[in-house]
Amino acid sequence: MSSISIAQFHKVFFEESLEGLDAMESALLALDDGGDAELVHSIFRAAHSIKGGSATFGFPDMAALTHEAESLLDQVRDGRRAIDKSIIELMLRTVDCLRGMFDRAQSGQPLADADSENLKQQLAAAVGHNTPAAAAKIAAKPAASSGWIIHFRPHAGMLAGGNDPLRLLRELAALGQLVVEAQLDRVPTLDALDPSECHLGWRIELTGAVSQDAIKTVFEWVEDECDLTIEPLVVAAPPPAPAVEAVAAPAAGAGGAAGTARNAAASSNDAGSVRVAIDKIDGLIDLVGELVITQAMLDQFREDFDASRLALLQHGLAQLARHTRSLQESVMGIRMLPIGSVFNRFPRLVRDLSQKLGKQVKLDLVGEHTELDKTVLEKIGDPLVHLVRNAIDHGLEMPDKRRAAGKNEVGTLRLEAFHRGGSIVVEISDDGAGLNREAIVAKALQKGLIKSGEGLSDEAVGELIFQPGFSTAAVTTDLSGRGVGMDVVRRNVVDLGGNVAIKSRAGQGTTFTITLPLTLAIIDGLRAAVGGECYIVPLVSIVESVQLPADAVRSVTGGGELFRFRGEYLPIVRLHQQFGCADARQQIEEGLVIVVEADGTQIGLFVDELVGQQQAVVKSLEANYRRVDGISGATILADGSVALIVDVAGLIRLQSRRKAA
Amino acid sequence: MSDQVQYLTVNLAHEEYGVDILAVREIRGWTPVTRIPQSPHYVLGVLNLRGAIVPVIDLRLRFGLTREDYNATTVTVIITVAGRQFGVVVDAVSDVLDVAGDAIRPVPDMGTTVDTEYLKGLTSVGDRMVLLLDADKLLQPQDAQMLDAALDAAGNVKAVA
Repeated sequence: MSSISIAQFHKVFFEESLEGLDAMESALLALDDGGDAELVHSIFRAAHSIKGGSATFGFPDMAALTHEAESLLDQVRDGRRAIDKSIIELMLRTVDCLRGMFDRAQSGQPLADADSENLKQQLAAAVGHNTPAAAAKIAAKPAASSGWIIHFRPHAGMLAGGNDPLRLLRELAALGQLVVEAQLDRVPTLDALDPSECHLGWRIELTGAVSQDAIKTVFEWVEDECDLTIEPLVVAAPPPAPAVEAVAAPAAGAGGAAGTARNAAASSNDAGSVRVAIDKIDGLIDLVGELVITQAMLDQFREDFDASRLALLQHGLAQLARHTRSLQESVMGIRMLPIGSVFNRFPRLVRDLSQKLGKQVKLDLVGEHTELDKTVLEKIGDPLVHLVRNAIDHGLEMPDKRRAAGKNEVGTLRLEAFHRGGSIVVEISDDGAGLNREAIVAKALQKGLIKSGEGLSDEAVGELIFQPGFSTAAVTTDLSGRGVGMDVVRRNVVDLGGNVAIKSRAGQGTTFTITLPLTLAIIDGLRAAVGGECYIVPLVSIVESVQLPADAVRSVTGGGELFRFRGEYLPIVRLHQQFGCADARQQIEEGLVIVVEADGTQIGLFVDELVGQQQAVVKSLEANYRRVDGISGATILADGSVALIVDVAGLIRLQSRRKAA
Repeated sequence: MSDQVQYLTVNLAHEEYGVDILAVREIRGWTPVTRIPQSPHYVLGVLNLRGAIVPVIDLRLRFGLTREDYNATTVTVIITVAGRQFGVVVDAVSDVLDVAGDAIRPVPDMGTTVDTEYLKGLTSVGDRMVLLLDADKLLQPQDAQMLDAALDAAGNVKAVA
């Protein structure tokens, strides 16, 4: 089939179109703030490419919807119509609807739904497309009542006969527009479920000029194996929203395996690609060229070498080292994408949220070009959304309250990304009311997190909202919501090897600072010797290392050891015991204790000595073996041997589990 | 013959074992490995195979034999099963055999001296007997794998909650 050959371009089309939609959205939002004609042009161009692409690649529903949007934009472009809020609103909804269509297209579901049809008509109405024919068409739809309600309830054994209800539904969908509602009432509980039987039934609303015979033909083969009623559709009321949701249900229910497989295929496709700027690739090619030249130069030494050329050899080796390092940096750079792709979703979010809440918010985005590892980028979106939502919802005050406080009615929300040292810093700051100190302290007292609110610094109070369990529904109202799910935000960031800090000044606003590592693939670590073995401890989790006198360590009943560190007692984990290393130093005073921290907990790791610092390329142990407790991965040392990387968070969890046991 | 399978034969404590040659990725001299904590005694550790971290098991220890010194003929056979690679340390490699499907006989129950779970069958070449290894079962018995998977799943649930 020809569709197979064209399907290979779908992915590129989806990617480009989604980018186009992003561009449309940001241009629309800019237009909302009073933009110029060039913006209209760029929106028009994006819509036009999507229309052309979707028609070419066989998505007529998408093309039809975009066509209407394009017509409307055309009128704006020609100056026949002034752009106003309602048009922008309509176009934004079109963008959302198209996104939904792309999602469905990627998982192979039918594209059109009631929402898109509805939107198409609204767009057409706005265009003034109500030429007699079109009007008749729109009017004809409800009036003709040319539709059927089909109750289709397969007998339990129908699947065994090789009949797939999903196929029947697809055939029906080919006849006209379908609204399907799955009836789950006969689905037994999980323990009684026989997956080889069909427990689902469907109520199907089919719109379109279809004869009853045509429907009967679809069900011809299963007539004896199902309960089937076909009634004419009397009132073609707009389909209720929940029913629309259920369109996907048959796929998930009956064709469970098929549906899941398809989704899995779609999502694995998603994982695959990175778009790389052409100059990065050119840079790589240059570097590889240099490397080849250096290699050729070094190759000469193989032919004839004498001591007089030693200096040249050293020079060549130094060059080789330099080129290898830059090549490494460039290759890592391919994974680096600008954080703008995450920031881009915020103008829309801020606009929608502030409208809903009746607040006025100005969003400042700074440093969109700061680059981050793709993996980090994908996972930082949700925590950021959470923080932005919190800032607007609870941080910024209502306009009248702001005026009363002598502030500008329009609140400012600022997102800023920049490099600091080897890290990326993302700051989310608002000029709202700041944290409600009294309420947080009261809540913390009530939860028993602190003993008294006296003398707590603002930072310490801010820390409290990151405590797990601090976010309850009660807090949301008491505390104007600050702290909702903050522990989740922190955990997500910590999982990426980063950290979140909060700074708040009453009446002046709140700043969240997220610090992230540049990349997950390379970590800075200290090599620690234990017995004859070598382990890498990630630098980010090291607080400091101390040499303890023998009497500084207290043994606790049950075999634990504690030592005093800056006024607190920390447990000691002896790495040689944990990892079963032979010939390690046993006496505390002979070795070193490395104080490490993760999830806000500190412990001491007892090792023989620290050997040196190095960058470690993280390799997976699980790829060929399995997970090992206390080990997060492995890396390859300069001599080609393997060293294991200590999983500090994992060790701390093990330690606390041991305490609990 | 279409049903002929080639086996790489390796020596281990005066016995000859066969490994399906399609599963063999490479043969390399014995090199020291990095020990992994909390691993079964027969897993010697991991080695660096051109950037991939590959676990190595000692077939002697796997079969409950004692390990003598690693010497010049000791080799690590890198095997790929289901996309996973692992190394198997044996005394020496010896031969490549063509074995017809009907020449493979089932393993008789030999009591407890040798764990027959890891054997697919045996065949004879002249007066030599060759035990054919089931490579899939060498690294981890099925139940251990399932237990690991279950524990991982439990860990994930905790992480989400």
